[in-house]
Amino acid sequence: MLCVCVTGLQAGCDGRSLNNPYPARDDNRNILYSEFSERPKHLDPIRAYSSNEYVFLAQIYEPVVQYHYLKRPYELVPLAGTQVPTARYLDKDKQVLSNDAAAEDIAFSVYDIEIQQGIRYQPHPAFVRNEQGDLRYHQLSNEELEKIHTLSDFKQTDTRELIAEDYVYQIKRLAHPRLHSPIYSVMADYIVGLSEYADILKKANNDKQGKEKDKQANLDLQQYDLQGVKVLDKYRFQITIKGKYPQFVYWLAMPFFAPMPPEAEQFYSQPGLIEKNITLNWYPVGTGPYMLAENNPNLKMVLQRNPNFHGEPYPHEGDKGDIEAGLLKDAGKALPFIDKVIYNLEKETIPYWNKFLQGYYDTSGVSSDSFDQAIQFSGEGEATLTDEMKDKGIKLLTAVTTSISYIGFNMQDKVIGGDSERARKLRQAIAIAVDIEELISIFANGRGIPAQSPIPGGIFGHVDGEAGINSYVYDWKNNRPVRKSIEQAKRLLAEAGYPDGRDEKTGKTLLLYFDTAMPGPDAKAYLNWLRKQFLKLNIQLVIRNTDYNRFQEKMLKGTSQIFRWGWNADYPDPENFLFLLYGPNKKTDGNGENAANYDNASFNRLFEQMKAMDNGVNRQAVIDKMLEIVRHDAPWLFGYHPKGFSLHHAWYSNSKPNLMANNTLKYKRIDTALRLQKRQQWNQPQFMPIIVIMVTLLALLIPGVLSYMRKERHVSKGQIKS
Amino acid sequence: MMAYIIRRILYAIPILIGVNLLTFVLFFFVNSPDDMARMHLGDKRVDDTAIQKWKSEHGYDKPLTYNSKAQGLDTVTDTIFFEKSVKLFVFDFGQSDDSRDISYDISQRMWPSLIIALPSLIVGLLVNITLAMLLAFFRATYIDLSGVILGVVLMSISSLFYIIGGQFLMSKLWHLVPISGYDTGFDALKFLLLPVIIGIVGGIGSGTRWYRTIFLEEINRDYVRTARAKGMSEIKVLFKHVLKNAMIPILTGVVVVIPLLFMGSLITEAFFGIPGLGSYTIDAISSQDFSIVRAMVFLGSVLYIIGLVLTDISYTLVDPRIRLE
Repeated sequence: MLCVCVTGLQAGCDGRSLNNPYPARDDNRNILYSEFSERPKHLDPIRAYSSNEYVFLAQIYEPVVQYHYLKRPYELVPLAGTQVPTARYLDKDKQVLSNDAAAEDIAFSVYDIEIQQGIRYQPHPAFVRNEQGDLRYHQLSNEELEKIHTLSDFKQTDTRELIAEDYVYQIKRLAHPRLHSPIYSVMADYIVGLSEYADILKKANNDKQGKEKDKQANLDLQQYDLQGVKVLDKYRFQITIKGKYPQFVYWLAMPFFAPMPPEAEQFYSQPGLIEKNITLNWYPVGTGPYMLAENNPNLKMVLQRNPNFHGEPYPHEGDKGDIEAGLLKDAGKALPFIDKVIYNLEKETIPYWNKFLQGYYDTSGVSSDSFDQAIQFSGEGEATLTDEMKDKGIKLLTAVTTSISYIGFNMQDKVIGGDSERARKLRQAIAIAVDIEELISIFANGRGIPAQSPIPGGIFGHVDGEAGINSYVYDWKNNRPVRKSIEQAKRLLAEAGYPDGRDEKTGKTLLLYFDTAMPGPDAKAYLNWLRKQFLKLNIQLVIRNTDYNRFQEKMLKGTSQIFRWGWNADYPDPENFLFLLYGPNKKTDGNGENAANYDNASFNRLFEQMKAMDNGVNRQAVIDKMLEIVRHDAPWLFGYHPKGFSLHHAWYSNSKPNLMANNTLKYKRIDTALRLQKRQQWNQPQFMPIIVIMVTLLALLIPGVLSYMRKERHVSKGQIKS
Repeated sequence: MMAYIIRRILYAIPILIGVNLLTFVLFFFVNSPDDMARMHLGDKRVDDTAIQKWKSEHGYDKPLTYNSKAQGLDTVTDTIFFEKSVKLFVFDFGQSDDSRDISYDISQRMWPSLIIALPSLIVGLLVNITLAMLLAFFRATYIDLSGVILGVVLMSISSLFYIIGGQFLMSKLWHLVPISGYDTGFDALKFLLLPVIIGIVGGIGSGTRWYRTIFLEEINRDYVRTARAKGMSEIKVLFKHVLKNAMIPILTGVVVVIPLLFMGSLITEAFFGIPGLGSYTIDAISSQDFSIVRAMVFLGSVLYIIGLVLTDISYTLVDPRIRLE
């Protein structure tokens, strides 16, 4: 109480809100406040693959291309490159082919990439050179190491120009035996010589480790050449990939292909720094608009404007409606607009949500705990903000994500799997019976679109309207897809040999198993709901709930039967969804991404054809055929494409959902004066309840004190009497 | 006394080996090295080669406890258990499974835990003893009865309720303190206030009832009656005689928890975003980081043993009749 009073007096003097978690000196500063709930595991762009890692990395590292912030469908534009790379095609004799050459004739695709001149890295000790021109901090003595605990303890920093060699070096790192890049195996299938290069590095690494008896011994990748990736000159490099793979250019927009200065890796490979957690995996070095100024994942992570940023203008053009939405007001202005971003550790959603409402966070998602407080649905089913949110000037942004949540059938299972008519009809019947619309309404607060195929809206191959519905599950009525009746599902079930849910041969009730690793009370409600969906067909669904590890093991061994799974797109191409059903990607064959272990020869053949095609009528026709096969075979119950909801305050502008780009921080703007005014308005301290509590406590003491005094008097009198 | 302390330290060694073995068995009963690798490498595009590489680099490619392919002493020493355990006994916690220095992390994270736990303990102790004295003073009156009932009510309420209720009232409704967060230096004060108050209020029910029982037991002893007969005031009796003699059971409860204050509170730290050792342990369990889990369990056991030894020593300080031999 005393402390409240002291801090209260303090606040009274400077007029600040008492519950403001930030220091007074930051009140008027151009700082964005955000949160993270789990610390990023990797900040080395060769390893990072999670959204909570990309939140930081995408602002720091600059690949050659990026997604246009405003235009839809998603479009690649240059970032560090001078233009979006296009492929030259060669046949097996390295003869140049025309751009419209047949995919089977193309043996190699060659990408010549040119980067912009004059781009410089963020200030970093790895670039500091002494008078002799040697790198100053690359051979630190024990004495020097004693004084170093974080990267900021290095007194000097320097920079250097970005060169093509840095991109080549990063591509070489894909094959580094100790870095475990998650996309190595995918890239080894495409980049010429990458798998051979990995073998060379593996041998070199073993030799070096054996010689130096050090597991962390630095491997100098510049000593070894990678056949398919070459430096052409200071600002140009070349990547050669096998065959035709148009999706490759999308990979170039990911941090895996961001530049890495070799001196940074050499700097961080010093054993003394590794022991102190000062590693490339912890302290990134980039050319982007921001740099990681503080990395304390136990408390906060801070991105600060990179003083060496080369500059980039806000987009001049956007999508339909962007001008009206005020998204082009800053057209042509230099990015970034925000000076600093502080990400605070928030493990629980309740404090995070309340701080957002108090104005101490600028943006927020909508968790299930706060959904009813924030969102209401209009008569037409459209999500809008509640009056409380509108009064605060909060804005809502929604977007259908480029992802899918589905229920899969293990196609290797004897009952539910396989390509027999019996199993297929059983799966189709279940697909009708499980009411995905109800699932979205109950368990996702209406935040989702029932999936008609694996491809979500906004990705080439997705077809809206009647032509795009899954005709095995839906009918087109009144201009919208309507789920087929349960009678039709029962009919299919009977045709499958399970009339009224009983095996016609044995007469026993059909028993199916749902494998899951879902914890918590929400899971129980979901699993009960799912059981009821199967009961519509008189099928008994047995839930085999286990821990995550056992579940993963079952999936790998192919011993699951029905399961829930999902996928979030890497890039906006149908290949990135349809490969989830491509036979050679079966999970049981070495942990591929085909969790249902679906393997249909026609589908596989069409997939291989579609993969190498450019977007157009022909590719759409192939995709349509593939979708027809997969809808007919029903290895998945397609589930839904989740809809993302995000909220932001009135002082936060230039916000447009972009589900492919992660480097959107540079476009955002904050009106700090409005923020400060609203924070003070919303957080006036209320001292009266504290005063009332203190007075009540004092009042309660009075009878006690009186009673004590009476008792003492009584004792004294007794003593006098006696 | 020195001989006694040395004996207790020697007793601690088999206990620590047992604790370490138990942690190892329980951890690997639930997780396999493959699971750990998958957890650390992520979900997308992870193949078997990557899993094998991760295991090899982190020393999880060896047998768990017995290496049948090795010979001689190596059958025991060339195992995950031996390699991951032996350094603990010289307090070398090594690196976490994601290559962070555990000792450094512990040294950074123990202070926030301590800075919350220590004032909660000291102020809580003073409040609880004062309230318990008050109830003992008014024993068998309506004040005592009301206090006991209130104590039962307070101790029946979940600590989570205190936290969420406290955040709701103090921060959301009255705007008096930040709802969560942490900072260093003097700026930390505003963040500590609410968790400390909640820690104290949450402990009043059980603490007051426990100390009241101790005081009531003492209050009926002969020496108290003698003191009263000599004409001492009730306040003097309570503070000069009863409190002094009730110190042994109070010390038993308090001294043993002092070393454990470093370990932090799991729920409080999570809800207030405090980067202490409690949340460190929870994070390690959820990310299946065996190196951290093992280090924290070991450290907890060591601190608990230290607490017990300190308790024994403190007996001799408050009761001259007790000798440690």
